[in-house]
This record gives sequence, structure tokens and C-alpha cells, in this order.
Amino acid sequence: MTLSRNIKIAAVVVFLAIVFIAVPAVISASGRFDLYYTLTSVALLSIASAGVWLTFYIGRINIGQGAYALMGGYVSAILVMNHGWSFWLTLPVAGLFCAAASVLIGLPILRLRGVYFAMVTLVLTEVARLLALALPITNGAKGIVSIPLPGALSVFGITLIPDFATLQNSRLAFYLLAVTLMVACFAVMYRLVNSRIGKLCQSLQQNEELASSIGVNIAYLRVIAYAVSSFFGGVSGAIFAAISQSIYPSSFTVTDSVNFMLNCFLGGLGYVFGPMLGTLVLYFGWDLLFQTGQFQLLIYSGLMIVLMLVLPNGLLSLAEMTRKKG
Amino acid sequence: MEQVIANGLYLGAQYALIALGLTLIFALMNVLNFAHGQMYVLGGFITYTVYGQLGLPFVVALLASGVTLAVIGALMEKFLFRTVIRRSHREESTMLLAAATAFFFDAVILLLFGEKQRGVPKIVKGVFNDAGIIMPYDRLVVGALAIVFIAAFVLYMQYSRVGRAMRALAQDRVAAQLMGVRVDRYSMIGFAMGAMLAGVVGGLLVTITGVNSGIGGPISIKAFLMVMIGGAGVVGGAIAGGFILGMMESVGLTVLREYGDVTYLVIFAALMVFLSVRPNGLMGKPWG
Repeated sequence: MTLSRNIKIAAVVVFLAIVFIAVPAVISASGRFDLYYTLTSVALLSIASAGVWLTFYIGRINIGQGAYALMGGYVSAILVMNHGWSFWLTLPVAGLFCAAASVLIGLPILRLRGVYFAMVTLVLTEVARLLALALPITNGAKGIVSIPLPGALSVFGITLIPDFATLQNSRLAFYLLAVTLMVACFAVMYRLVNSRIGKLCQSLQQNEELASSIGVNIAYLRVIAYAVSSFFGGVSGAIFAAISQSIYPSSFTVTDSVNFMLNCFLGGLGYVFGPMLGTLVLYFGWDLLFQTGQFQLLIYSGLMIVLMLVLPNGLLSLAEMTRKKG
Repeated sequence: MEQVIANGLYLGAQYALIALGLTLIFALMNVLNFAHGQMYVLGGFITYTVYGQLGLPFVVALLASGVTLAVIGALMEKFLFRTVIRRSHREESTMLLAAATAFFFDAVILLLFGEKQRGVPKIVKGVFNDAGIIMPYDRLVVGALAIVFIAAFVLYMQYSRVGRAMRALAQDRVAAQLMGVRVDRYSMIGFAMGAMLAGVVGGLLVTITGVNSGIGGPISIKAFLMVMIGGAGVVGGAIAGGFILGMMESVGLTVLREYGDVTYLVIFAALMVFLSVRPNGLMGKPWG
């Protein structure tokens, strides 16, 4: 945080230039259009991971993000399919629905701490999957399939976003959508963490009793943080449903919830942009190791263990270490 | 009705033994061992190899499962968890390590034993059928063995020197160290014992339900459930949680049969409500 203002602005500009101009240019030059899908997934997963990171920030280990991603996906899919809503309208609605649900769920379970909270949220992911299997509206194990691509979005007759189905390259469109949302999400996160509320959240992470005793409304704060976290989860789940044009109870499982958590750990719990880096490294690492065939999981998990031994405070702590030495 | 209770008790004994290992590791190290289910699967496959494939006696196979897992547990503590706990800013970092080891074990099990469902010949033949209860003899034997192991574990923790040291460690790590307890050594022994329990249950249950490489995760979740019901880090809580979950599963499968596959949904929902009333489970220490 000792970086000067100009360097920060320059870094943001460079980052935006890379994701919005350089990456599409490189991809169209090299012809590897499949990378769009990979990068879109990374962007969406990092949004969900950012939510998990926020719950880490208030000192809670959240392994339940998969539940909200699944919920968001279903809300969007059901509204589009059964009620004929526009996808663009369902996107915020899915997020808000998850946020509202997380307030109801969060009020009792946010009283739990440490491993209890971790285990309850893990169970929550299972509950979401079982609910999706059992409820009539979610169509059970068959899931909801052939969801139409997002249509056009126009305000007062001006088309802001064209109909995805008419586009030649809907992959690029999804990439831009996901990346835009990712940038917005991390901007919100950065602002939140560096605001008064962010400082208060940090006080929850360190000592809730003490914070409460000097007048911090801890119950309110942690529900807010959890709701924001779930909002991100719901939005990313909704877009995933739109990209794959389908959603099943197994679209987001315990493994996904654990992965969201791992993304945060790997990037570093002390850094706002940790989840983004963590998601990128884990997702690409997994993809690159695909060539090793049956040893993929072995090498992947082995590397993860080694990373944990060498850099237990996340990848971004590397930068801090070199700065201290230098 | 008797049948339901008998099934519940049998399941409960198995579950309690699984939960004991998890809660022991948690109590000593504050580590939530995600790989517990995978350790169970590994134990199952070792018994499958030694008893089912090589044809050695079942007792030898069970011993092999227990000893192998104990060694693995001890090595994990010494080389992985101890290092990370020392270097990390935040305690939660051990969770990433635990999850990574869970993936690692999954990969190793898949490579070594394949993805097929494996079973072994019955250890005892015949079926017990009296007083309205039908129960194969091998289930009775396995259930009884599980109860013997639980009793042995509790007595060991209560009266042996090692057990006393570990209980002291669980209560207050620093105070135990000041009293001259060798913290590192007993952490390692505790981790080894927890892993050994997982391996032994895996070995016991492979004779009844068989084993396949995919059940590690679900077993871990069940173990978490039991620990949450009873309270994390408490031996009595793990046993109570195991029996309660076993009973609920057995009753739920009977009562809720006509509504489809909703037993676990109901159990999860009940657990959420229960935990909002008692955040530390039945007998957990606060903020474990």
C-alpha cells in the first residue's frame, strides 16, 4: 500500500489495456479461439472467489460459494425459460436473490466461527445440490437445458448490447462481458476494503468481541459482507448458466466450493487481487496439465502442496518478501 | 422398529469411529482434515489388497491398514502440517494444505487401485434372524469390533500416559508445553492415531459395503456432520454425533422413503437449525 497514486493508476490502465485490447488481439492473431472460453471461465470464477475472499476478510472460512453460484444459475435459467425474462434483467435479479437468501441463511450461521462455519457452509453446498435435485421447479437431475443466448439490451431505443445469437463470435462477447464484470467486481472490492467499512471488517477478522465492545455493529457488518459475497456468487453462476446454456444440480458441487476457497488461499488472503491471480494460476495450471493424462490430478495436487510449503501466505506474498529484502 | 434401531446402532458405531479420528486431529492441531475420507478409502483398499487379493487373514489386513495409515499420518504431520503452521500468518492456511492432500490421495488411489468398486469375501457367513431383527453376522462382528475399538480408544485416552499428554495438549497447548509435554512429538502421535482410526474403519467396512475411489469426499462430509453435531474436538461429542447421525439416517431412510431421496436434505436442514441454537454442537468447546 506504499505505492504512490500515479503508479497505481498506471497499473490499472495497463491491466485494462491487457484484458480488453491485448488479449483479444493476441487471440485473433494466433487463432486460438478456445482460449476465450478458458479466460471467460477464469474471469467468472474469480468473481465468485472474490466473494469468498470477502468472507475471509471478516474472518470466516466460506466453503459454500458453490451453493450461491448454483442458486444464481437456476434463478436466471428459470426466469429466462419459464417467464421469458431478458437475460440482462435476470442477472441482477439472480444476484439479489442470492444476497437475500444469504441474509436469511447468514443470520443464524454467521454466529458460528472457525471450523464450524467452514463445515456448515460446506454442508450448505450439499443442501443446494440436493434441493436442486428434489424441487419440482428445477427439473431434477435432468436440469434445465437449451437456455437461449442473451438477447439484445437496449435503453430508450439505443442498442447497448447486441443480441448474442446474431453475433459471429459469441465467445468474444462472453469474454468481454465476463471481464467487464470482473473489473467492476474487483473495483467494488478494492473500494470496499479501503473504506471505513473495510477497516471495520478487518477488526472483525482480528477480534470480534473487542470490535463489538467499542461499538462496531458486528452482526450487521458480517451479514452485509456475506450478502455481497453471495451476490458475486449468484452473478457468476448466472453467467455460467448462460454460457453453457444449461444448468444441472451437479454444475456446482462441493469440489467447486473448495476450489473457490483454494483460489483465495493461493492468491493470498491478505491481498484484494489475490483471488484473481489464484484463479488464473489454478485454472491454467489445471488446463496445462491436461496433457499429462492420468497424472493430471497427482501433479496438480503435488504442486499445490509444494506451493503451500514454500509460500503459505499466497503467491502475492512473494512480492512483499522481495520488497522487504530489497 | 427393532430393525431400524439395530441398523442405526450398527451405522452409528461405524460413524463414531470415523468421527473420532477427525476430532482427535482437530483437537490437537486445530486442523480440519479434509483428507479423512480419502484416508478411509486408502485403508479400505489396503485391506482389499491384503485380505481379498493376497488371501492373508483379515486381522493381518486390518493391522496393515492401520499401520500404513498411521505412518502416513505421522509423515504428513511432521513434513507438511508442522511446516505450514510454523510459516503461515493465518491458521486457516492449513485448510488449503488439507484440501490439497485430499486431492493428492484421490489421485494416488485412482492410479494405484483404479475406479472400480471393490469388495472382499465375507468374513463370517450366515444371517442373524431373531426377535424381529435380521442382520448378517458379518455386520454384527464389524459393529462389535467398532465398539471395541471405540472403548479401547477412550480408555487409552483416559488412562495412558500418551493419552493424558494429548488431552493436556488439546486443552491448552502452551500450558502443556510449559509442564514439559513434548508438544511436537504428541502432535505427531495424535495425527498418526487419527489417520490410523480412519484406516481401520475403512478396513472394517470394506468387508460389508466394499470400497471405490470416489467415496472419500462424501465420507469426509459425513464425518464433518458428526463432528458438528457432537462438537468439534471432543471425544464424547464425536461418539454421540456418530450414533445420532447413524440413527437419523436409519430412521430417515425408513420414514421418508415415500418422499424420495430426501433423508440427507432433512438431516442437513435439521442440523442448520440445531447449530443456530447451539453453535458449538452438543458438547463442543466455544469457538473451537
